[in-house]
Amino acid sequence: MSEESGIDVYRRRFLSGTAKAAAGMAVAPGVFLHEVAHGKPADQAVTSDVRWGMLIDSGKCADGCNDCVTACNTENGLTGHGRPATDAQWIRKVKLKDKQTGYTQTLPMLCQHCEHPPCVDVCPTGASFKRPDGIVLVDKHICIGCRYCMLACPYKARSFIHEDLQDQMPYAPRGKGTVESCTFCVHRVDSDRTPACVEACTAENHNAMVFGDMNDPDSEISRQLKQYNSRQIRPDLQLNTGVRYRGI
Amino acid sequence: MKALDYREIDGGLPFYMLVGAIGVFVLAALGAAFYMEHNGHWVTGMNNQIVWGTPHVFAVFLIVAASGALNVASISSVFSKAMYKPLARLSGLLAITLLVGGLAVLVLDLGRPDRLIVAMTYYNFKSIFAWNIMLYTGFMGIVAIYLWMMMERKMNQYTKIAGFTAFIWRLTLTTGTGSIFGFLVARQAYDAAIMAPMFIIMSFSFGLAIFILVLMGLYRWSNRPLGDAIVYRLKNLLGVFIAAVLYFVMAYHLTNLYAAENHGVERFILMDGGVYTQMFWIVQVGIGSLLPLLLLFGPAGKSRLWIGIACLLTIIGGLAQIYVIIIGGQAYPMEMFPGKEVIESSFFDGVVGSYTPSLPEFVLGIGGIALALVATVIGTRVLRFLPVSLADDQVDPHHSAADAA
Repeated sequence: MSEESGIDVYRRRFLSGTAKAAAGMAVAPGVFLHEVAHGKPADQAVTSDVRWGMLIDSGKCADGCNDCVTACNTENGLTGHGRPATDAQWIRKVKLKDKQTGYTQTLPMLCQHCEHPPCVDVCPTGASFKRPDGIVLVDKHICIGCRYCMLACPYKARSFIHEDLQDQMPYAPRGKGTVESCTFCVHRVDSDRTPACVEACTAENHNAMVFGDMNDPDSEISRQLKQYNSRQIRPDLQLNTGVRYRGI
Repeated sequence: MKALDYREIDGGLPFYMLVGAIGVFVLAALGAAFYMEHNGHWVTGMNNQIVWGTPHVFAVFLIVAASGALNVASISSVFSKAMYKPLARLSGLLAITLLVGGLAVLVLDLGRPDRLIVAMTYYNFKSIFAWNIMLYTGFMGIVAIYLWMMMERKMNQYTKIAGFTAFIWRLTLTTGTGSIFGFLVARQAYDAAIMAPMFIIMSFSFGLAIFILVLMGLYRWSNRPLGDAIVYRLKNLLGVFIAAVLYFVMAYHLTNLYAAENHGVERFILMDGGVYTQMFWIVQVGIGSLLPLLLLFGPAGKSRLWIGIACLLTIIGGLAQIYVIIIGGQAYPMEMFPGKEVIESSFFDGVVGSYTPSLPEFVLGIGGIALALVATVIGTRVLRFLPVSLADDQVDPHHSAADAA
């Protein structure tokens, strides 16, 4: 997976990260320590102390803006073939209208990174798996392309690679004949950065997406989740999703 | 009852011509599979909305029918009905060959069929699919042993225990196949416990229809006598099974109709789902269930030709039923936002999934049936599966054709 292919990158980042952290700790321990505690050094196993999550505010999600989708495609090298029915989409914009009231809103849909992911339950080989920190991934080495996970996912979050691929990103390996979905930009998260979609949304000053550790009571996402009412999509399924929505 | 004489079917040119004629379809299927794998699945009708297509319809049909084909042997060994005993070997053979045909289609449609070994070495025991891999391979092994017990005189005493094991195994296997859909919480059309028993009764019907057709075909082709007693007995049983499938279909839809959350999907399948609605009422219920019932229990039920046609219609109805379940069930949009309507999405949210079967998919599916048939024909050529005669006086002297009809 990405950890292996990008190991040098990680090592570099880890070393520079450690150097910065060491310098930072010497100067202002209280401030800096809190920030680096999120990241996972490349030589350490992922733990369940962290639960990565995302809070999406539909009220701030601008109609007509597609920046999160574009950023995701660029970051992960998702170049389409102009065939929307078979091209991969890890994140998509959905526009909703209330049948009763006519109220309209838009929001991005992506893998909800469930605590109890149906895709992981049904996968015959265990290629669909959940990291201890809550990120749901596909191991492309043991995915046989049966697509049972796609049948099982309540969010239509997964795509099957229907044709040959070009211009892959080294940190986001993909494979024809296997299934894939949003990785929460695991390669960025592991080096202390936020997913590309969140970064793009923030850069545009829409701030509709917040990413962080839901287990850390001091994180921005935890504070917002505590402060505002939010909900999961299909809460009836009790999947305890990692992606939460405000204003739906 | 006299001791039955089992013989291989004759070889020679007619045999090779038959094998060649069916084999052409197997070769075509291999070509179709290669074409789909080489180009990727975009050349099929399948997409990110309808992820399982025509190959899965054929594969699931064959797998379900395989367990059902074993019924005839079970009736003989487990329920001790002497009349079915001469048919038990063919029943076991068909059970294995149909399963092989179905699995071949399933595997050749995988995104990475070259990773079959991965599917056999990495298991996620929470997955019903992983369980099925073991149930399917175990089934072939157990039925092979069961056949050995039946065919080797010294082993005959163990036939009953082997038959009983195979019977329990096949019920478990079909439960597993039905649960592929029964265990899916995400989709409105699935997630129903009735799927497992419904698949079992479907297997009774599809498997027996294929069994009768193959039996009549092989006896006619090899010029061996096949009496009315057996044919009438089997066709009456098929009629009961067809009616039982209809009952389960009715129970499934009525239960769904009671819950408001399922009104949408029921309306889709039963009323305004276009091709799926037509497939359900016209093909599955009309010409695939009611018409065969009429043929089997009406005056036409005395004619071999009409019995054969009724079996063929049952098979077509069965394929339609699985088409409606698999593809209709996926085509209905998932309810992610109850009370809201999706007015824009680049990923086809909230709209009926579109799927048009492509030729390669269809050729692959037909190839699965052809593989099962050609393996059956070769099996009967190399081993003694078929009694020389199934004339009425050979089968059961206490049964006249008139009684059975």
